[in-house]
Amino acid sequence: MSEQGVRVLVVDDERSIRRFLKASLGSQFVIFEATTGEEALAAVTANRPDVIILDLGLPDIDGVEVTRRLREWTQIPIIVISVREQEQDKIAALDAGADDYLTKPFGVGELMARLRSAIRRSAQAETDPVFKTGNLVVDLNQREVLVNGQPVSLTPTEYDLLRTFIKHTGKVLTHDQLLRAVWGTAYESETHMLQVNISNLRRKIEPDPVRPSYLITEPGVGYRLKII
Amino acid sequence: MSAEPSRPDPDELLAQVQAEEQQGKRGRLKIFLGYAAGVGKTFAMLEAAHQRKAELVDVVVGYVETHGRAETELQCSGLEIIPRLEVDYHNVQIPEMDIDAVLQRNPGLVLVDELAHTNAPGSRHARRYQDVEELLDCGINVYTTLNIQHIESLNDVVAQITGTKVRETVPDGVIDAVTDIELVDLPPDELINRLQEGKVYIPDQAQRAIQKFFRKGNLTALRELTMRRAAERVDDQMRAYMQTRLIPGPWPAGERLLVCISPGALGERLIHTARRLADELNAEWFAIYVETPDQARISQEQRDQVARSLRLAEELGAKTTSLPGQSVAETVMEYAHHHNVTKVIAGKPIHSRWIEFLRGSVVDRLIRLSGSIDVYVISSEAEPSTRKALEAWRPHRPWPRYFWGLLLVAAATGLSALIAPYISPTNLIVIYLLVVVLAAVYLGRGPAILTSVLGVAAFDFFFVPPSYTLAVSDTEYLLTFLGLLAVGLVISQLTALVREQAEAAKQREVQTVALYELGRDLTETAGLEAVTQTAIAHVGQTFSREVAIFLPVAGVLRAYATSAELSVSDNDLAVAAWTFEHSHPAGRGTNTLPEASMRYQPLKTMRGGVGVLGVKPSAPDRFLTRDQLRTLDAFANQIALAIERARLAEQTRQTEMLEITDKLQNALLNSISHDLRTPLVSITGALSSLINDQLTLDESSRRSLIETASEEADRLNRLVGNLLDMTRLESGAMRVKRDACDLQDLIGSSLEEVGSRLDDRSVTVDVPDDLPLVSMDFVLIERVLVNVIDNGLKYSPPGSPIEIRAHMAGAFVEIIVADRGVGIPPEDLTRIFDKFYRVQRPDNVNGTGLGLAIGKGIVDAHGGFISAENRPGGGTIITIALPVEAQK
Repeated sequence: MSEQGVRVLVVDDERSIRRFLKASLGSQFVIFEATTGEEALAAVTANRPDVIILDLGLPDIDGVEVTRRLREWTQIPIIVISVREQEQDKIAALDAGADDYLTKPFGVGELMARLRSAIRRSAQAETDPVFKTGNLVVDLNQREVLVNGQPVSLTPTEYDLLRTFIKHTGKVLTHDQLLRAVWGTAYESETHMLQVNISNLRRKIEPDPVRPSYLITEPGVGYRLKII
Repeated sequence: MSAEPSRPDPDELLAQVQAEEQQGKRGRLKIFLGYAAGVGKTFAMLEAAHQRKAELVDVVVGYVETHGRAETELQCSGLEIIPRLEVDYHNVQIPEMDIDAVLQRNPGLVLVDELAHTNAPGSRHARRYQDVEELLDCGINVYTTLNIQHIESLNDVVAQITGTKVRETVPDGVIDAVTDIELVDLPPDELINRLQEGKVYIPDQAQRAIQKFFRKGNLTALRELTMRRAAERVDDQMRAYMQTRLIPGPWPAGERLLVCISPGALGERLIHTARRLADELNAEWFAIYVETPDQARISQEQRDQVARSLRLAEELGAKTTSLPGQSVAETVMEYAHHHNVTKVIAGKPIHSRWIEFLRGSVVDRLIRLSGSIDVYVISSEAEPSTRKALEAWRPHRPWPRYFWGLLLVAAATGLSALIAPYISPTNLIVIYLLVVVLAAVYLGRGPAILTSVLGVAAFDFFFVPPSYTLAVSDTEYLLTFLGLLAVGLVISQLTALVREQAEAAKQREVQTVALYELGRDLTETAGLEAVTQTAIAHVGQTFSREVAIFLPVAGVLRAYATSAELSVSDNDLAVAAWTFEHSHPAGRGTNTLPEASMRYQPLKTMRGGVGVLGVKPSAPDRFLTRDQLRTLDAFANQIALAIERARLAEQTRQTEMLEITDKLQNALLNSISHDLRTPLVSITGALSSLINDQLTLDESSRRSLIETASEEADRLNRLVGNLLDMTRLESGAMRVKRDACDLQDLIGSSLEEVGSRLDDRSVTVDVPDDLPLVSMDFVLIERVLVNVIDNGLKYSPPGSPIEIRAHMAGAFVEIIVADRGVGIPPEDLTRIFDKFYRVQRPDNVNGTGLGLAIGKGIVDAHGGFISAENRPGGGTIITIALPVEAQK
């Protein structure tokens, strides 16, 4: 899909950061700016952006709260950028409904990749039955997983896990979110089950399970299915 | 007396100034002195208090006993009353003054009735006057009441007048320190009237004695005594005043008195007499006790008596000492000459004349040695002392020895019977002489006398004609008998003396050795902990007691170290704190808080108190003897010095530590300013070149500048990250959040994080599939691994391989990162984990030297280890070992 005309709302109170984002993204996206939480909330209704880049440390309302209020009425992708590097901050933002999280400072290349994946996910039809990335093909209708064209047999849990990732391709899923989605709410905080299944899944689908290329670990936060 | 015109002695002036200064800090004590109960002391005191209150003095009632008298109670109203403390004693609530509450309230003036009162057991001080002393020490003025019969030095006189001995006495030293005495007087007739009207409070148990006490004759005598005492006081003050203002007058000669204390009831009388005489002469006085080897055998009771006498003397204002010496007379006189004593007072127990002849009289010898010193002799009836002397004669476990004596005589008789036919009876006496000598040497005095007497009897009975009767035909034999008896007595006496001297020497030796060993061990130990442990071990062993050492920690006294089984209660701590504050022994065997479970000895050096030594006996009825107390004192001195030394050493070490920290901080600042600036220089340089229009740069130079700026920005970011981590680690803000983690995931994630810097390297990862999940903080350990890999990259040539392995090692899992770099000089292998430490390299390797230090901090927090070694064939191996299961 074309990125031309995609509207991006940049919310940050630092002028230099808005300036550099506008300079680097402006050629490919339509950029709107907001400097406070209130401005951001107003801008979302006024400008109808396709994706939001949101700083957490805003002068009026905290970014996590902004995310929570937006999620009350819209599923518009939110990419959080923040200097807060502690895992609990990331988890809080992701649990509030953010799609992705980038710690400042970040490279523009990384930001572009996250933006693209978020846009693609929101544009993707819910019912697209076949997922493809690199050498991995998953047919969600047939419940079939192929690596290098060869069928791989997954346990029901592993398959559910993979399907959850595919549903949220590119999005960081926290440990709790994954456990809730696959095992149900009773199993929150049973991270070791998640660890074991991720490890097994990687062995089955990754070309090099030690240096995974699809299922990426977000240290202390969760995992993300990366599109190559 | 000196005929010179008087001049104020500089020392005296100084003393006067000091006394005045002390008066400034110390509270003033005013005593309302009466000659009997009921003269109106309390009333007068309250009246004065109201007057002070009217003068806006901050007056409170610490303790006033109204005895339910309406007029007194009425007078109490209008004054602030500090609530009394109910002391629980055998389930009886005894009201006492709440000294802590008074100290807390810190008034200008406090009223404390009945100075001579004995506090309930369990109170801080045994006696109320000690409470008052403490209040005075804290600068609080005190009004109090006292009856004349409670003054220690007048005790005997009062007893003579009234026929009743008062037990609650107040040391004269307390009264001497009084600022004012107000005499509360009432003619005896009026007092008797008041008594009959029931206006005088008399405790029920004293009703019987009352008739005897409140006779007009008694009262008149007591009244006179009281007035005289008050007048003496005025006289003293006047004299002191005259002396400072250079008013000529009859000066008291510089008299100094010395009283020799001996065991026995005479001691107390001697001291009272000395005190009175010293008072009259306005003289300084000393009380000394001489310990001769003989005295090693005096009974425990007598030892206690001596200790009591010395204490009494001290209370009455004497300087007391106990001196070791061979002869009482010589030691006393030596001391007397040395201290310019002018008068010596000694007691003379009445012995029978022949004992005196045999043993010599101390008093006689004193007089002979006295020279210019006057000797006063106080005599006494001999009653209790002779009984005790006899007790001391009795050998330990005597019966077997007497039996041996009997056997010796029997053996001698048997032998004599065998050889009697061949030699004359006179020579047989040699055999008896032999056994008497044997008995005297080996069995002691009693058995020796028995042997002599029995020997004489047996010899007489069996061998002196007429045989088998005790009759003696030849009077010459009487001389033989006497000789035999005398030999027995003299030898046994001599042997006993030698033995006792040896015993005394041995005891002293034991103490000296104990002290020496303590000293030696204390010198050998370093550090406060070790010093206190050594001290406790030695004190515990030498005195067979449980020991505690209290030291101030951050300004608060705490039980720093104790014997293994000893638990220290809050009470113990409170008494220890009192001892520490006042630098005075307290607890068992002292006058302050004698109910406490331990004896508390202040540990002090020239620089002041360093702590308190507490000793607790195994059984509550065992007290330390005077010898032991002296040894304990010496121990306390040694320990105090050792503790002080340890403290000083610690301070020195801390100063050194501070210096090192200082150096570290300088290194940190240098390192940080260098490491932060370098990337900034590159970035600024690159960006300013790009922005400058005048520089015409080709595409490749522009690109190279941009790459430089970008790389340097990354480096700066890593550096800031490390600094943040270090700060978190050091401030304790870094929390380890454990979770079950997959090592493969960890290593993969770390490699991802290192990212492009690995691009030109071949990285081999060897992690077995069956490794268990490891309980750790994924993010933190990932940071460690990233730092370690980063380090490997920095110190190995581009393109060289990096290997990462993981495997189980017992309860730990080991992660190994190996490179083919330059390795680490062996002496630096452990230091590379120190903060700001960087292996010196000629080539330009950047970094703060924080990465591995942070790594070590994190791994330590996990209960794991991190180590470095050089790899065979070149390179470095870093091993991170983590416990699989979280440890507590």
